[in-house]
Amino acid sequence: MEKVLLKNHGKPDAHRISSYLASGGYKALAAALSMRPDNIIQMVKDSGLRGRGGAGFSTGLKWSFIPKDPTLQKYLCCNADEGEPGTFKDRGIIDHDPHLLLEGMIITSYAIGATRSYIYIRGEFDFGAKRLEEAIKEAHAKGYLGKNIMGSGFDHEMYVHRGYGAYICGEETALLESIEGFRAQPRKKPPFPALAGLYGKPTVINNVETLSCIPGIIENGSEWFKKIGPEKSPGPKIYCVSGHVKKPGLYELPMGTTARELIYGHCGGMLHENKPLKAFIPGGVSAPMLAPQDIDTPLDFDSLAAKGSMLGSGAVIVMDNSTCMVRTAYIINRFFSHESCGKCTPCREGTYWLDRIYERILRGEGTAHDLELLEKVPQQIMGLVLCALGDFACNPVLSTVRQFREEYEQYIGLAEPVAAEA
Amino acid sequence: MLSEESKKELEAALGKYPDKRSAVMDALRIAQKGNGGHLAKEDMDEIASMLEMRPVEVNAAAAFYTMYNIERPVGKYHIQVCRNISCSLLGAEHLIKHMERTLGIGTGQTTPDKLFTLSTVECLGSCGTAPMMQINDDYYENLTETRIDELLKTLK
Repeated sequence: MEKVLLKNHGKPDAHRISSYLASGGYKALAAALSMRPDNIIQMVKDSGLRGRGGAGFSTGLKWSFIPKDPTLQKYLCCNADEGEPGTFKDRGIIDHDPHLLLEGMIITSYAIGATRSYIYIRGEFDFGAKRLEEAIKEAHAKGYLGKNIMGSGFDHEMYVHRGYGAYICGEETALLESIEGFRAQPRKKPPFPALAGLYGKPTVINNVETLSCIPGIIENGSEWFKKIGPEKSPGPKIYCVSGHVKKPGLYELPMGTTARELIYGHCGGMLHENKPLKAFIPGGVSAPMLAPQDIDTPLDFDSLAAKGSMLGSGAVIVMDNSTCMVRTAYIINRFFSHESCGKCTPCREGTYWLDRIYERILRGEGTAHDLELLEKVPQQIMGLVLCALGDFACNPVLSTVRQFREEYEQYIGLAEPVAAEA
Repeated sequence: MLSEESKKELEAALGKYPDKRSAVMDALRIAQKGNGGHLAKEDMDEIASMLEMRPVEVNAAAAFYTMYNIERPVGKYHIQVCRNISCSLLGAEHLIKHMERTLGIGTGQTTPDKLFTLSTVECLGSCGTAPMMQINDDYYENLTETRIDELLKTLK
């Protein structure tokens, strides 16, 4: 497949507008501005593009929920709060090809009638935030931002909003709270952001990778996009591979590439020849783990959902047979416990108590009752909270207890205590 | 007291939003940078009056986001080592122990000469080059004990 999202990576000065223009950049914007906004929305709907942040919702459909009233202020927010452990694709686009994102954002803003947009970037991405600010300046100087863009009559201003260390800001309503200057705690839905989002105004929130797909769709058409990957989850996908493989990194491939092709083909196989695959997480730590027998599953929204897991952000974390699954589940739960925003009691308390149970088990002080609790506590969290964080926190606990029960039992039955390392 | 330079930066940040309160995160970041990596109470109070917020609201925002250091000052170099899954799979815990030994401090502590603070953090979004850490604003990736030793020697 010809690269779409990472096509400019490795070119000299790829982040500069001169380089982006030389490779045909901002042509899609010119084409879009000559179209009717409705037609752009229809085109994106027809392309079958589904949100790359994790939920996989139809992007065109999301845009179509924005009220058409021209007197209403509307906003576009780009979710660049990339924090799902294992994920580093948005940073790849921002650091190396920021104008691809900007072009996608300007087209999207035109389609939904937004005169202002914000890029919410996580605080740790200092380099990326500066890259984006420079790119916005460059785009302004060339007339792709500001008043009357390319003579179209469309005005647009774009700003960078920097987070400062909170995973929950990747949740779209928490992200809005954060831009408004509050603690980033998710809102109750409805109302959905399309009707009452940023400052109570209609707002679209899209992921970096989603928005970066837009210029290609405008330039090549929705049929072109649809032909890449499976019919119901089409398009290019950036897989982020980490863990026990020879060549970790970003791989842009057709959606629906199998885990086998990715791990044993593109990534050169397992890190150590004598340590075979034990488990892999297909979509960031929120996604339930899969076993070696699931290796031929196409990595797309529907195929992974059918296996009881999810594509999430496309972060594939590979673990060989030296990996302790109890410890891995502990690390993941500790993360969710740390990042729980504290608004909903079941998530705040539940993840905390799960953390305590894991520490006990890892110290060699766990009992059969603790193992029961690991299955029971999630029942008090899942479905009882405002956002997905609580549910996601339960996935690794339940999926490891079910798939690697004997490892938990070994910890509980061990005569000599196993010290927790951290 | 916020410096003139910080105030100028804050003015620019205010221009990004229809609502003053939205600039609170930028304001806190600017204040922290201007104060050697630590948020001072008097700076937060000044931010509150500039943004027409109550001091307790500014504090509530600052306390929520982990990169604001309100409880304790940090050293000249704030070392933040990722402890999440991809880095752990490739030996992050050994590296953290190695750094504790080398610096002679525990995680969460600052060396007596105020040069280094060692922290562990959750995923920094650099999992393909694990294990990794952040020192002040910069990422250091594909870490080994040797690379860490060499790096620490250059930080004075």
